[in-house]
Amino acid sequence: MILEARDITVRYYRNVPPALDHVSCQVTSAELVAVVGPNGSGKTTLVRALLGLVHLEHGSVLVDGRPVRAWPRRALAQTVGVVGQQEESVFRLTVAETVMLGRYARLGALAAPGPADRAAVGAALQRCDIVALAERSVDSLSGGEWKRVRIARALAQEPRALVLDEPTASLDVRHEMELLELVRQLADSGLAALVITHHLNLAARFADRIILLDRGQVVAEGKPGEVLEESTVSRVFEWPVAVTTWADGSPQVVPLRVGEKSR
Amino acid sequence: MSLPRLGILGGAVAASLLLGLSAGAVPLPFSEVWAGLLHADAEAAAIVRDLRAPRVILAFLVGGSLGVCGAALQAMIRNPLAEPYLLGLSSGAGLGAVIAIATNAGGAWAVPVAAFIGALSAVALVYRLSLVSGRRLDPHVLLLSGVVVGAFAGALMSAIMVLSDAPGVRNAFLWLLGGFGAVSWRALAVFAAYASLPLALLLFHARSLDLMALGDEPAHHLGVEVDRLRRLVYLSTALLTAASVATCGIIGFVGLVVPHAVRTVFRPLHRSLLPLVFLVGGCFLVLADVVSRTAVRPLELPVGVITALIGVPLFAVLLRRTLA
Repeated sequence: MILEARDITVRYYRNVPPALDHVSCQVTSAELVAVVGPNGSGKTTLVRALLGLVHLEHGSVLVDGRPVRAWPRRALAQTVGVVGQQEESVFRLTVAETVMLGRYARLGALAAPGPADRAAVGAALQRCDIVALAERSVDSLSGGEWKRVRIARALAQEPRALVLDEPTASLDVRHEMELLELVRQLADSGLAALVITHHLNLAARFADRIILLDRGQVVAEGKPGEVLEESTVSRVFEWPVAVTTWADGSPQVVPLRVGEKSR
Repeated sequence: MSLPRLGILGGAVAASLLLGLSAGAVPLPFSEVWAGLLHADAEAAAIVRDLRAPRVILAFLVGGSLGVCGAALQAMIRNPLAEPYLLGLSSGAGLGAVIAIATNAGGAWAVPVAAFIGALSAVALVYRLSLVSGRRLDPHVLLLSGVVVGAFAGALMSAIMVLSDAPGVRNAFLWLLGGFGAVSWRALAVFAAYASLPLALLLFHARSLDLMALGDEPAHHLGVEVDRLRRLVYLSTALLTAASVATCGIIGFVGLVVPHAVRTVFRPLHRSLLPLVFLVGGCFLVLADVVSRTAVRPLELPVGVITALIGVPLFAVLLRRTLA
């Protein structure tokens, strides 16, 4: 198990309901797990907890079997790559320079990047299909390109697990599909991938497992077909939905209009 | 970096040092400067060696240090407008130094320590003031807090200078405006002793600063111990600022002007940025000091006035750009 949360509870302020309430989840190699849930259900908190960035009121988080807080940051960065929701660059680096920052945890303080580092960056650029952008300044990129650059930077860390927090937010259909195809490929080639997303239908098509969060609790977990049931999804998202099946067998959620009945 | 650019930079450093040695109340031609440097019995040897050399070298080191402080703080708080003066560090250091002098706790080696305590208190206060809703740090609020804390420290300094009758305090007014008028080899030694460790630490952590400029969480994810690094940067910049203020007063805007200039010409990665900022900052302050000595000869303008005259317009331009 590369990432594992055991019965964790996270509370940001006293006297308010916890952001995560006795949540357990696991991600292992060559597996793509999607975390879905309404706004404020605790998805991003789960990511932050898995990376040791929030205090746990209860439970434990293990990375590769070892408590996350016991990991030195450098070693953790060599194991888990993260692409957060938003990031703005203050200074104008090029794409290649930005991706090279992913090598930080593997470089000495003063050493110049060596052949292994350049090779990792080259491979990451190739993987994310941004070789042509290498010398561009990051502030000239579109939203989709910038996401890819950040994924490439995470890949340059040569991690064993990849955590993506809403990677497709604000991307159009093509970029969103390209990105998830990429993550799927990465999982197929052995990476453990955890993807936070709002897209139930894309989660259903790309993920091996889905974890459905609501108010800080896991309401359902399993194969897409087991989690995305009409009654569960309607209840959690507080909106009536119908669930149909796409040609490949994956469930597809269709939100109903007011007054519309499920078939 | 390309060789020609490096050559130009090396030439600029040599030229500004030479100009610094030659300019002043008694202008010396380069040939006499050269003779004074080489031969102890040359006519200009006393002026060049005892008066101008420590002054020029100190101006160079202080300029470089303030530039490095600015660059590190800018990466740290993710705001190209940050620098020791605007963040209140300089005024905090000034207040610490003035208190030490007024209470006769002074002495060339103790004043920087008091200034360091002042700068650290200022940075702690600024940091506290700008924590929005408990944890989140807003870079713009941080700068605003810096200016406010700086103004407060300035007011306290003025009060102490008016009320105290300690002998050193009367001169403090001129000293606070920044200047290298009274520089000796000893002042240079004091500065170098206090500044070398924080400078080395900042240069050593240059690569971490690249990641800090991305924000706390991305830096975490890429392997930086963020809290430790933040403490290190604040301590180092506070000590550098304190050493500068204690030896030559409050000189603002070097940390703003120099990193900005270097970033527009060279690549912004800190591993090359910080050494370049040090060299360019050194040249900048040596030249500013030359202007301060020659503009209204035989009087000397405080060098802080010159740097402010250059820095404030640039600040206005950068402010418009960051808010756009």
